[in-house]
Amino acid sequence: MSKFIDITLTGFSAGMVYSAVALALVLIWRATRVVNFAQGGMAMITTYIAVTVIDRGYGYWWAFAAALLSGLVLGAVLERVIVRRVESAPPLNAVVVTLGLLVLLTAVGGLIWGNSSRPSVPTPFSLAGYTFGKTTVGFGRFDTFLVLAVLAVMVLLVALFRFTGLGLAMRASAYSQEVARLVGVRVGRMLTLGWALAAIAGSLAGILVAPRVPLSPNFMDGPNIIGFTAAVVGSLDSPPGAVVGGVGIGLALSYVSGYLGADFALPATLGILIVVLMIRPEGLFSRAQARVV
Amino acid sequence: MSAPTEVGPPPAPAPGKPRRPAVGVLRWTLARHLLLVVVGLVVMFIVTAALPEFRDFQVMEIGYFVCAVAGLTVLTGMNGQLSLGHGALMLIGAYVVALLQVHAPSTPMYVQLVAAVLVTAAFGAVLGAGAARLRGPYLAGATLALAVGLPSIPTHYVSSLGGETGLNTSSIVTVPGWLGASFTQDHYLAWIGSVAAIATLLMLGNLRRSGVGRHFRAIRDDEVAARLSGLNVARTQVLAFVVSAGCAGLAGGLTVLATNSASPGGFDLTLSVGLLTAVILGGLGSLAGAVVGSVAIVALPSLSETLVRLTSLSASRGASVELGIYGLVLIAVMLVAPGGLAGVVRRLRATVARP
Repeated sequence: MSKFIDITLTGFSAGMVYSAVALALVLIWRATRVVNFAQGGMAMITTYIAVTVIDRGYGYWWAFAAALLSGLVLGAVLERVIVRRVESAPPLNAVVVTLGLLVLLTAVGGLIWGNSSRPSVPTPFSLAGYTFGKTTVGFGRFDTFLVLAVLAVMVLLVALFRFTGLGLAMRASAYSQEVARLVGVRVGRMLTLGWALAAIAGSLAGILVAPRVPLSPNFMDGPNIIGFTAAVVGSLDSPPGAVVGGVGIGLALSYVSGYLGADFALPATLGILIVVLMIRPEGLFSRAQARVV
Repeated sequence: MSAPTEVGPPPAPAPGKPRRPAVGVLRWTLARHLLLVVVGLVVMFIVTAALPEFRDFQVMEIGYFVCAVAGLTVLTGMNGQLSLGHGALMLIGAYVVALLQVHAPSTPMYVQLVAAVLVTAAFGAVLGAGAARLRGPYLAGATLALAVGLPSIPTHYVSSLGGETGLNTSSIVTVPGWLGASFTQDHYLAWIGSVAAIATLLMLGNLRRSGVGRHFRAIRDDEVAARLSGLNVARTQVLAFVVSAGCAGLAGGLTVLATNSASPGGFDLTLSVGLLTAVILGGLGSLAGAVVGSVAIVALPSLSETLVRLTSLSASRGASVELGIYGLVLIAVMLVAPGGLAGVVRRLRATVARP
């Protein structure tokens, strides 16, 4: 029983990270109809930037801020310089370009910081679980911080989209670029801003994954795929769906690795993805929609 | 904002207006393709004879890459289904051959390869049935999950599949006696790879010109119209996946003959990305482009080695150069010339032909 509780708590904590990745994908999908496969690569770069900041002797919070800020800049630059050119092209082109970006960023990470894995990122929070009496559970101070950080970013994003003029303009451009342009919204800027905000959520996921795994240019590949699955499970169009999908996948994978073995986590992701797509291809959180063929 | 640029080749010229009127027996597609096969075999004979011994391995590599890349270009370019997971399909073919070599070393080589094709094609049928319901980025994500996830399965089964180090096959390909005593094994492998590539190209070339090939393209161009004309869209898409997976399985099986081993590390995401890069560089849907793309990805390691030497990078960093080139090629081709090399050639030809 205590193993079950441990696995559940670990899964919830991991699920919050997947939610952040999924949220980043959903924000970009809603704005530009592009699935950003480069998300993991971007998060890897920003996490390495954070590590470099720590290596230079600055504290964790400077590194944390550096990761989020560099994510913002990277997202905006990539959208404006590269992705903008394929947003109106057939979907295949955009997929190939974001995949190319993923590969390119992974290579850039390897070129700058080397391909051998480095020790995990230190945090001011203990990774050990809380102890109640004699039992230690699989959820500790770092997990609390992780959950709060993801929730904070989500609340801020929701507030931005719901309660500000800028958020309204962004929602308008995602809804219909043409109409938004007609009422005076600078759609191009909104798209760039959308990518920048999504990249913040992605960078947050990167720096929250990093304390538990050795750092290498591929360290976000797994979370990236799992985040994509979470986004699809919840429906690529729905931010709440991304959060629920993320936590759901986190729990499911935690049970799979806890009871079957960690090597089965990624194959299980594939299985979940295919099953969900077979049963409800538009995701669990989408409104009914006409489907082509 | 630039006008949408279509990927994939434009529709074939209208029947009845061939570019060059073919004469005599060459009016038949099969006759033309068989002529190309003969040309291909002659080229293989001359190239392998002219190249130094140590290049034989690269000829073999080109051979199996052509099989996999041509299969992928049929699926992605001709049928419009993007797969980022063909490296994982090659892994299946490789493990089939490796397992056969370990447990039944007496089975003839071609039986092992056929088994690899059949098992991978069967897996492709399952995968295709799922894929037929997916479009665009969804399919890309699912196959990406396949590319990342599948290699961890052999890693888990250490006793039966060899775990991280994979399976080593000691049984080596024996050169048949009639080729002479001086015929080396590497030379023979180069021939096997080339013949497999030529056979794959012949099959896919014929498929392309057949009714099935037209169905593939019809579904790529407009699913609704294809459905309205009575095509079974899902079944045709599954068929495309089966054909493509079979080619990847053959390629995977050939890698075992070439390297005497099958390990999960050899079939990682980089391989899948490399295959896609070859397809995109050559031009989506173009078989000639698939050959050019395969030659390019086989030549890439020596190019990146040269780059690493020139820039005196450390070995750990140098490993990234190859990946970086893949990324740059994917992005650059999509932004500058979405039709790949085949598209560039087509455009040049059109410019020359215009009065």
